[in-house]
Amino acid sequence: MKVEFTLNGAAQRVEVPPHWTLLRMLRDAAGRTDAKHGCGEGVCGACAVLVDGVAVNSCSVLAPQVAGASVETVGGLTEGDKLHPLQAAMVSRGAVQCGFCTPGMVLSALEAVRIGAAGDDAEIRHNLAGNLCRCTGYGKIVAAVAEYRDGRAPEDFPAEAGEHEHRPEGGGSAASPGVGVGH
Amino acid sequence: MSGVEVKAGGRVIGAGIARHDAIEKVQGRTSYAADHALPRMLHAMLKRSDYAHARLVSVDTSAAEAIEGVVAVYTAADVPQNTVWVDVPGQTLEVGALKARSNVLADEVVRYHGEPVALVAAETEDAALAARDAIVIDYEPLPVVDDPEHALDADAPQVHESGNLLAEWELEEGDVEAGFASASAIVAEEYRTQFIDHAYLEPEAGVAWRDTDGVITIRAATQVVEHFRDVARILELPDNKVRLITPYVGGGFGGKEDMTVEPYLGIVAALTGRPVRMVWSRQESLTARQNRHAVRMRYRTGADAEGRLVAMDIDILSDGGAYALLSALVLLYSTTCAAGPYRCPNVKIRARTVYTNHTPCSAMRGFGGMQVVLGYEGQMDRLARELGIDALEIRRRNFVERGDTLPIGQELETVVELPALIDAVSERAGEPPQPDGPRRAVGRGYACNLQSYGRCIWLNDWSSAWVGFELDGTLVIRIAVPDIGGGQASSLIQIASEVLGVPPQRITIHIGDSALNPLTGTTTATRQLYMSGNAVLKAARELRAALAGVAAGLLEVDAERVEFGPGGVGEGGGRTLPFEELLAAAASVDVPWHVLATHHAPKGVPWQADESWRGRVFPDFTYGCHAVDVEVDLDTGQVRLLRYIAGHDVGQAINPTSVEGQIEGAVAMGLGYALSERVVFEEGQNLTATFAQYLIPTAVEMPAIESVVLESGEGMGPFNARGIGEPPIGPPAPAVAAAIHDACGIELTELPFTPERVVGALRGGEAGDGPG
Repeated sequence: MKVEFTLNGAAQRVEVPPHWTLLRMLRDAAGRTDAKHGCGEGVCGACAVLVDGVAVNSCSVLAPQVAGASVETVGGLTEGDKLHPLQAAMVSRGAVQCGFCTPGMVLSALEAVRIGAAGDDAEIRHNLAGNLCRCTGYGKIVAAVAEYRDGRAPEDFPAEAGEHEHRPEGGGSAASPGVGVGH
Repeated sequence: MSGVEVKAGGRVIGAGIARHDAIEKVQGRTSYAADHALPRMLHAMLKRSDYAHARLVSVDTSAAEAIEGVVAVYTAADVPQNTVWVDVPGQTLEVGALKARSNVLADEVVRYHGEPVALVAAETEDAALAARDAIVIDYEPLPVVDDPEHALDADAPQVHESGNLLAEWELEEGDVEAGFASASAIVAEEYRTQFIDHAYLEPEAGVAWRDTDGVITIRAATQVVEHFRDVARILELPDNKVRLITPYVGGGFGGKEDMTVEPYLGIVAALTGRPVRMVWSRQESLTARQNRHAVRMRYRTGADAEGRLVAMDIDILSDGGAYALLSALVLLYSTTCAAGPYRCPNVKIRARTVYTNHTPCSAMRGFGGMQVVLGYEGQMDRLARELGIDALEIRRRNFVERGDTLPIGQELETVVELPALIDAVSERAGEPPQPDGPRRAVGRGYACNLQSYGRCIWLNDWSSAWVGFELDGTLVIRIAVPDIGGGQASSLIQIASEVLGVPPQRITIHIGDSALNPLTGTTTATRQLYMSGNAVLKAARELRAALAGVAAGLLEVDAERVEFGPGGVGEGGGRTLPFEELLAAAASVDVPWHVLATHHAPKGVPWQADESWRGRVFPDFTYGCHAVDVEVDLDTGQVRLLRYIAGHDVGQAINPTSVEGQIEGAVAMGLGYALSERVVFEEGQNLTATFAQYLIPTAVEMPAIESVVLESGEGMGPFNARGIGEPPIGPPAPAVAAAIHDACGIELTELPFTPERVVGALRGGEAGDGPG
């Protein structure tokens, strides 16, 4: 069947079998691999995308359900040649390790900040509970989201690694200064 | 800028610079193993065993083959070399190394729930799925071995013809009974740890195709590109006819150290000539891939009146699961680390790992060195209480120091900063927490550990790296390193940048390709920064020395005075020569713009297959001290983590943000191990095959994790760095145990510390919380 929807602002008309999920349609029919298949049962959040601004697990939505809707994936956030400030905060805070949970994590966090559900660290953690991360221990993700919420995220972070001027003073999080032992 | 001898703390070493791969990943641009597609590719799936132990009476594939779009259905008989032999070092019943067998596809007998029996390849995923489900297997169930305590009984069913003892290590140093006779206090306890899954977010996946010249090329998520050789053996091809590429991997933690999809992709590509993709479901990943060993440890520990250790008797029994894989090596790590970072003149260790009909156990972050932390730290806390000595003070009185020798015979060559770590962590911890309500109790616990970095030295480990300039002055690093998310690639960029002056953003690194990049060994054993980092450092320094010689002539200064900066080379304050000009000049005098260098790990007396062998096992160790504050709900048994502080001496942080990332991530994994995670089997059937049943920590359960990073300036990695990938996973469980005891006086010895077990202990009875 045909599904017409908007994907990162562009009109899409995709032919898919009716039993396909939104995740499968995005990956296998629309060529968007920036939504990740982590568990296939709506638990890990790696496949989260925004449907009309609401974060949903795309593995648990059937493709035809987004007919007429606006779907956003993490790849649609980049603004020209700059990262979205939340993306920039994630990178500069060291909140990205293996990166597999990152697309869903970014979109869930974006929604939480947008609807005012990221007031303090506890609330951020509560609203990211549906996005599993096995690498970071979550602390740097929470710090990045708080930085973005407060408007402290880098605004002009280049989207290409080769254009990024490294800033050594950005190293280490303020919460954990190193302890030097002289030898 | 620094001189030729680049010191730590220079331009980019020690700076938490943004990782190049993170910039790609945060935009969803990174092409992971499952993101790659090829024209006309087939889709492959595995039919797995429903039984934990059964004879395969018949495997009927005819209905599957008849399904439209199905190209091939393979069973064991179709695999060119179906038997994979694994080297098992250890004091086994056999003299010398036992060769343990596993199968690519089950042959006659299945030995664990989820073992691959048949392989299907079809034009579409749906056809592959239908074919898989159409395979009819007639099983004759066999008795299941699921209790390692009874696996060695004379009448126990046999998992393999060779018997159920997989490997064994025994040693005795000093006179243990005399030691106990002299002790003022003796404590004895049994500790139990559970099976754990790696639970990375990226399930196992890859593609393969037959490339030019008949080279079977596999692009898969793996920690080990050297598995191209294992695939070659399975396909009965020469080693140089298989190529393995690993893209950025979505988490490893040891779970992608043994092969996963690689052999099956290779078989389909080789036998059909078609490109193929295989992606495992989460259920497959949680059911059928190897676990962390469940271990039963019995510790008996004696100390004199001042708390100095005088004797230890340690008995370790681990469940190795159905096939050998890396169990014997894991057990060696347990044996080496069993006494902890403590001096003790009289130590006896007996460690055994046995076959059962559980999922094979193998590598996982901490690799046998982490389970025993629960044992040796639990013993230190018990001795402290028995003798009325402060828990940190008794540790201080026993810490090993440089020059001491571990029971297995390894002398410690680098500084042991455990006293400084205790100081730093306890100072950071400050005042103890206050309870949140009347039926809540709070407590604080500490734990220390040692964990090796680098592979066993008798494996003759080495790493190679190629570093070279391009015409425009940009730099290229070529190295077959798998980057599994820890910043393995970006750290190498920092090292090359430090030496050659080229800014990180002007350096490109090509990773993870066994054919086109120099081999650098596995991303395992906390060895990648240590080994690959040293290889890149060596290559960069040799390249710098060669080009400095050329520059010296052009600048008319001594080579030692040539400085390398972002724009080129120069002499302090004087003329700067752009890299482009320097490279042109180098070409004119036949000085190449690149260097291939190899770093070799230390060597020693190889292990001998007898109990008298003593010697060096590892290059070096990383030490840590952790503290945790918990709140226990006395009615529900729920343990809430209030605060966590993790201190490690990392020698020199190459990228402090990445160091913190490793510490925080390993601690979170260790806290899941402490409180919620367990793979549950019932008569060999895996009951925790989804993320709704296998509970890794979410952001809600995790406290703020504070890293205390000490830099002693001593370590065997580049710029004197120590490895930090695995070490922080050991202390969380014993620290939580100590904190729970501090809060409410109960002694928990079996992981995980679920609410049921906490409540059971509070009520003074058994914890009736079902299987597992």
